[in-house]
Amino acid sequence: MSLTRQQIVKVSLLARLRLQDDELDRMTHQLDQVVSYMDLLAEVDTEDAEPMAHAVEQTNVFAEDHVLPSLDRESALSNAPKRDEQCYRVPAVLGD
Amino acid sequence: MSIHDLTATELIRRLESGDLSSVEVVQAFLKRIEQGDGRVRAFVRVEANRALSAAERIDQRRRGGESVGRLGGLPVAVKDVICTEGQATTCASKMLQRFTPPYDATVIRRLKQADAILIGKTNMDEFAMGGTTESSALATTCNPWDLARVPGGSSGGAAACLAAGMVPLSIGSDTGGSIRQPASFCGVNGLKPTYGRVSRFGLIAFASSLDQIGPLARNAEDLALLLEVLAGHDPSDSTSANVPVPEYSRLVSQPLDGLTLGVVREHFGEGLDSQVQEAVREALRVYESLGATVKDISLPHSRYAIATYYIIACCEASSNLARYDGVHYGYRTDETAMLADLAAEQRALTSRGDSPLLDDLDSPLVRMYRQTRSEGFGAEVKRRIMLGTYALSHGYYDAYYVKALKVRRLIRNDFDAAFREVDLIAGPVAPTPAYRLGEKTEDPLAMYLGDLYTVSANLAGICALSVPCGLNGQGMPIGLQLQGPLLDEQRLLRAARMYQTVTDWHTRRPEGF
Repeated sequence: MSLTRQQIVKVSLLARLRLQDDELDRMTHQLDQVVSYMDLLAEVDTEDAEPMAHAVEQTNVFAEDHVLPSLDRESALSNAPKRDEQCYRVPAVLGD
Repeated sequence: MSIHDLTATELIRRLESGDLSSVEVVQAFLKRIEQGDGRVRAFVRVEANRALSAAERIDQRRRGGESVGRLGGLPVAVKDVICTEGQATTCASKMLQRFTPPYDATVIRRLKQADAILIGKTNMDEFAMGGTTESSALATTCNPWDLARVPGGSSGGAAACLAAGMVPLSIGSDTGGSIRQPASFCGVNGLKPTYGRVSRFGLIAFASSLDQIGPLARNAEDLALLLEVLAGHDPSDSTSANVPVPEYSRLVSQPLDGLTLGVVREHFGEGLDSQVQEAVREALRVYESLGATVKDISLPHSRYAIATYYIIACCEASSNLARYDGVHYGYRTDETAMLADLAAEQRALTSRGDSPLLDDLDSPLVRMYRQTRSEGFGAEVKRRIMLGTYALSHGYYDAYYVKALKVRRLIRNDFDAAFREVDLIAGPVAPTPAYRLGEKTEDPLAMYLGDLYTVSANLAGICALSVPCGLNGQGMPIGLQLQGPLLDEQRLLRAARMYQTVTDWHTRRPEGF
């Protein structure tokens, strides 16, 4: 199966990336190569294999229900590219 | 012997006996960095003043008869993917160039509790994605054995500073070989612990089900010492293993009786450099001379490891790196310019009367995300985010992601079966020694295929290490990989130490350093 430039454009929106024309060309070519290689997995019989999401499977790791101090507001905001006294600032979300 | 030639274990002995002060040790290594790092560029930041004042405080405490921690006064380098409170942590990315973590990673807290001196942060592939450290947005690190060659990656700085004698101990992270491969390329020792053995809290995530922090050092004894400090359960990381940590530093000197080493048939096929093969075979003969039995085994699904790994790692990366949105921390595009461009596009489409394209035009917020991420991430990171997003997208999820998770199970089953027959698995770390800078940057698939022998341990969660086992005709180091069952680091370390009692590859140093 071959990846098209159109698919790459669509995936770049899903990934919240914006690729220039030359990047799109290169990405289409390189990802097509890698994805073709990954098609190798199709030949493996996985009929009885349970998917393995984690290397060391642990279930139900509970924490005690204690209230502990969390990061204070000033520390949490300290790395924000744009902020005011209390909040992160972003471009307008609703249209005008 | 100069200070920088001594192992960490020996340095600690001399610090404890009062033979050396921590200030003397830190000064000696800072001088090595000053003399050598202009050529190697292993560090992205050196904290000279901070390190010296920490050393003075340790010396004072020692003189005052106070007890100090296990690594009391010894410098340690930390890969720049691990959060250090109040000190920049960049992941070698433009995205995090101005990020200062508000907290310490658990391993940093443990190092501080052990009174280690944090001497600086080391260079790496951007977000730990790569095998050469060339994808760093900050600097290109060179291999001390040949400055025209790569140090390996992604923990390239961590391995290179150790090889060049700029630190006695170093911390890296390993998602698919990122500790073991640079260790082998730079002729040092590196261990990827069992998944869960070391807390990942404060490790900037690449692929959460595969990432693991681990030690790099001059020999097996020093690895054992550093692992003992790093390992242990952490309530802040729900995937960390709640099991006791053996006294690695005491156990490491006990040889293993009746050791059976498995050699994977599939690892000696096409693509393996003949000199690497010969060095690994010679290491196996050394083990036989020590009484070990070498047994031929098969890991039938190993040829699928690379495809499985890159699907899973990229899917997890695309999800983990979604947090870099230009809002909470890190880089944000120039908003004024971005909004002006967007308005111009809108005007152009309106005057053309192109309403379908107008409907598709990004909102200001989405454009801010996209523009920020496209400027903040480098090419390799974007490739992996794209690959992961594609594999997780509608219509491909089952064919790629779920399929890879199933093959991952089969790879793990192969290891479980193998460890019923043998104690450890021995083989190459990488198919070739370090190659030239720039040689593989334009061919991602070729670069990915170089991870053939290392990714399986991360997929299966088992522990593995790399020890130096030779030099090729051009004088470049070759590594031997040992892989062990879950949580059996002590067996790996003892086996590595046995080898190092009768060989001296781990004592070789690059010329000029």
